[in-house]
Amino acid sequence: MKILVPVKRVVDYNVNIRVKADGSGVDLANVKMSMNPFDEISVEEALRLREAGIASEVVAVSIGPKEAQETVRTALAMGADRGIVLEAEGTVEPLAVAKLLKAIVAEEAPGLVILGKQAIDDDCNQTGQMLSALLGWPQGTFASKLVLGDNGIEVTREVDGGLQTVRLSLPAVVTADLRLNEPRYASLPNIMKAKKKPIDLRPAAQYGVDLTPRLMVLKTAEPPVRPAGRRLASVAELVDCLKTEAGVL
Amino acid sequence: MTTLLLAAHDGSSIKDATLKALTPALALGDDIHVLVAGDGVAAAAAEAAKLKGVSRVLTAEAPALGHGLAEPLAALIVALAPAYSAVLAPATSTFKNAVPRAAALLDVMQISDITAVLAPDTFERPTYAGNALITVRSTDPIKLITVRTASFRATLVEDRPPAPIEAVAVPTDPGLSTFVGDVFSTADRPELTSARVVVSGGRALGSEEQFKALLLPLADRLGAAVGASRAAVDAGYAPNDWQVGQTGKAVSPDLYVAVGISGAIQHLAGMKDAKVIVAINKDGEAPIFQVADYGLVGDLFELVPELTKALG
Repeated sequence: MKILVPVKRVVDYNVNIRVKADGSGVDLANVKMSMNPFDEISVEEALRLREAGIASEVVAVSIGPKEAQETVRTALAMGADRGIVLEAEGTVEPLAVAKLLKAIVAEEAPGLVILGKQAIDDDCNQTGQMLSALLGWPQGTFASKLVLGDNGIEVTREVDGGLQTVRLSLPAVVTADLRLNEPRYASLPNIMKAKKKPIDLRPAAQYGVDLTPRLMVLKTAEPPVRPAGRRLASVAELVDCLKTEAGVL
Repeated sequence: MTTLLLAAHDGSSIKDATLKALTPALALGDDIHVLVAGDGVAAAAAEAAKLKGVSRVLTAEAPALGHGLAEPLAALIVALAPAYSAVLAPATSTFKNAVPRAAALLDVMQISDITAVLAPDTFERPTYAGNALITVRSTDPIKLITVRTASFRATLVEDRPPAPIEAVAVPTDPGLSTFVGDVFSTADRPELTSARVVVSGGRALGSEEQFKALLLPLADRLGAAVGASRAAVDAGYAPNDWQVGQTGKAVSPDLYVAVGISGAIQHLAGMKDAKVIVAINKDGEAPIFQVADYGLVGDLFELVPELTKALG
């Protein structure tokens, strides 16, 4: 079985982003970019399934600017077998990404697609669900555990108030939550090896999907800043403040 | 034009998340219908019929809808949506799972986690863990929206004549997934996302035992829900569904007590809407103090028991 792992190039999670003064967006000039952390978890899970002999090949795919090749290269350094980059400039919304991924699924015929549950830049949490819908496949979102059996896959999902387990027929789409696994670091020899692995770079336009955003971003703003509070000297003073000044006790 | 509000409920009553999502639904200015989908929803539907501004309650009952599985729930939303100008749902795990699926089937780009309604087609939503707020205008004929409930006050149930309740046809279950089981924490505590007070712990608690020994008595004293930072959850001190932050839950209690939490931006994203924030941390430079109204710098192993005692 082949596993397809879509990966997204995003601002590194350690970067404190800045909103541009004219409200036109977030300043991305000279900012460190990395693979979306949830996607690293998806890559790791796919690799573990290959190492367990359940999957035969792991293909990483990214949609974005030319530089998305670096993100795919990271997946290859972790251990993925080959990569695909669909080159597109500007914002590609989850719905359009899902349509492009559907076309890649038609070409590659994977038995499982594993995505991160959300990207830490747009925080949409949509792409996996949308891909699954367009394919007419079952979905197992926010996964914290996967068990592959003969007649499907059991996905334990992180839901409000606890965990839910569902059984999906295959092929299926799974989205990874934080506790699914701890992604490996790429070793130096594997980083060297990844340089020789193939990445197929194609224009996204060749798939005939309309990439025009449906949501027009009119403004980007800094969130309101909370006024700085006070350091208190003792627990007694805290209790007093909460009772009288704040009135929350 | 009419708005369809998808209700979060437990069969017998409407959840607080629904009351919070009703607030932006009212802001859209249209007539509101509420969908109560599940397996045995009569009592919850009766409650929904008394919500402010609601002119009709739709019930959809089927075994497949009982566990909120995405495929049958999305099929139901797709069947109903064309009659509405907007479909709004609280961003609970059930709707975060099902609504994007419905959106793709309707060829609509969902607007996730809105924090304000600026016009019937224009909304504010957070990106980059809440570090940038964007204003977006949707060009889709139907708006599919999930609501960041921490950003809205609940619109309470009114004493009013109930709206009519009608059952709708449920599409055939596509049968792609089946429910196997669930494990819910049955702690006798308020729900994290609707609690008036939240006590949250970080990695500085040091172990699961100490996390519980220190925070649970304080939470009991305050009638609080218990939350945790990602670091504490990753370390196994607290269960997954206690995580507060960008990828966990967003909370907006009257009082949030952060114990041994440094305050990474991903955590702040989930709690900075709290009315009053208290931080207890031994590191006076910790970023949590930049958002805290009241800070205590010191040893949490001394301060927390002292606080619990002082509240007694």
